[in-house]
Amino acid sequence: MSATLVDDVEEVRRRPQARRILRRRPGERLGYAMVSPVVLVLLAITAFPLIYNVWTSLHTEILNQPFLGHGFVGLDNYRSVFSSRPAVGAAPLPVLWHTLAYAVVSVTLEISVGLGIALLLNRPVRGRGVYRTLILLPWAIPSVLAAQIWKTLLDPQTGGVGYVLRGIGLPSSIAATAWTNHVWTAWLSIFIADAWQSIPFVTILLLAGLQSIPADLYEAAKVDGAGAWFRFKDITLPLLRPALLVVLVFRTLQAFLIFDIIYGLTGGGPGNATETVGFLTYNSFIVQTNYGLGGAVAIVTVVVVLLIAALYFRVLGRRAT
Amino acid sequence: MTTTGIPMDYRGGQPRAAAWRVWLQSHASSVALLLITLAFVLPFLWVITNSLEPLSVQQSATAHLVPPHPTLNNFRTVISRDHFYTYLLHSLIVASLCTAVTLLLGSLAGYALARLPIRGRAWVIGFVVLAGFFPVTAMLGPMFRLWGQLHLQNLLGTGFSDLIYTLPLTTVLLASLFSQLPAEIEEAAMVDGCTRLAALWRIVIPLAAPAMVTAGIFSFILAWSDFAFSLTFLQSSGDYTAPLAVQLIGNYQKYAVDYGTIDAATLVTAVPILLLVLVAQRRIVTGLTAGAVK
Repeated sequence: MSATLVDDVEEVRRRPQARRILRRRPGERLGYAMVSPVVLVLLAITAFPLIYNVWTSLHTEILNQPFLGHGFVGLDNYRSVFSSRPAVGAAPLPVLWHTLAYAVVSVTLEISVGLGIALLLNRPVRGRGVYRTLILLPWAIPSVLAAQIWKTLLDPQTGGVGYVLRGIGLPSSIAATAWTNHVWTAWLSIFIADAWQSIPFVTILLLAGLQSIPADLYEAAKVDGAGAWFRFKDITLPLLRPALLVVLVFRTLQAFLIFDIIYGLTGGGPGNATETVGFLTYNSFIVQTNYGLGGAVAIVTVVVVLLIAALYFRVLGRRAT
Repeated sequence: MTTTGIPMDYRGGQPRAAAWRVWLQSHASSVALLLITLAFVLPFLWVITNSLEPLSVQQSATAHLVPPHPTLNNFRTVISRDHFYTYLLHSLIVASLCTAVTLLLGSLAGYALARLPIRGRAWVIGFVVLAGFFPVTAMLGPMFRLWGQLHLQNLLGTGFSDLIYTLPLTTVLLASLFSQLPAEIEEAAMVDGCTRLAALWRIVIPLAAPAMVTAGIFSFILAWSDFAFSLTFLQSSGDYTAPLAVQLIGNYQKYAVDYGTIDAATLVTAVPILLLVLVAQRRIVTGLTAGAVK
């Protein structure tokens, strides 16, 4: 008994010393000093909006209607994010759901096409460096410019898409479609502009993943008589899984937060059928000056993003092991 | 043999029929890639054509792939009527400032995370990555009012907000690249009486120059691409950045949309970034795969 008691006392006595020694590890204080500017700046521009949004989302806060007061309203603002269908236009679902639907559909298509292009670029094709550079160009430009470029291309009278459709012999009723005037074609326009910018990103990341797969695996499989499909299914896909998951998470995040292209291409229209969560947040804050609703949409956005981020950290964790 | 352009390992020792099939497959890939690349590049070419045509030709509804009477009038209009060079200058200032601050803070933090014994290191990195995921639109309202209070609804406030795009990525990228450098050289310098910061400035950063350039290019592209903050914070047209000006030039033409000038402005805004990509595409691909950004 007493021995353990002495041990305990010793242990307790040692602890502060040990801590002091740890604290004196050379460079630790300098380390904190060097890290803190980044941490402080990022805290300032994320934590402040977060807290502010939580506060306003629970209150009535409409700047251009100050007579409504600033009373506490509980979760009313959140309720309208989930339930209210937009008043005008023919939005198929409430904003949150059709944003998620857009993210899932567009990311699935982009990853499929991007994987196809990456597989092509991974073959011994002459000039593939040139192809890779040219494909990368749309990714790099500001997305609001992508929106303008596709606005030009999709113009029913003078646009390049109509030109091509007429060129392949489609009737002018189809070639002169006013793409952004109908719900589904408006979504299609957004997807095309978005995919034009995002597929390069997907392609480059998947290509890097493909290039990290050792070539002798394929040689061995070939020697064993495995056909192209089995080599793809049993070697490429499993080994590409980490890269695929990273791309999946990043693209889902970006697609869910899409704003610039919506603003530039459809302005949320027709009516407000192509409003996304990001567009609704902007609109509530800046156009309607409704900080209660805007705050609620922002918080819902943050929660969804955190869920996607949790997925990302799990993926990275699994990759590290 | 007709197997030009096919690497040796695809030729050697294969029976004839197989070699022929490989030849066909390889060329099928080439054709497919050529068409795909064209699909990605054609929108740019269309916009170039449009920007070289006067309004009357565009409205005649006879679209051309090659402009019959190319003119630089749209570019002249954009410059003289819209003073577009001011917006380009604003974008250049904001993006450069943001990049400079990002590189300074990011390299300090990146070095500390790579080399110094910080407790809670994993938490710091986790927070930085998480901050990189923070939705920009959620910042718009609160920051709009904060900048209003601080008289920062201007290029400075916009550039400061842009740090949310650049800082997380740069910090993580530099931390991982710094940790790959050999520590012995700085240790030797410190034995010779160099301080940590001097070692960082004189040895690590020069050694890591390629990494710094990569991080700088990314920061510049990301800050140049900002639209949401410019749209929200910049109230007077005298303050616009180039992407915002392109969008608003389009918005003001409600009745007769003059794609020629919009496309000229689009091109002028895109060209600096396109040149960066063409010059530094290898770095960009490396950085992209290391950081998975934008």
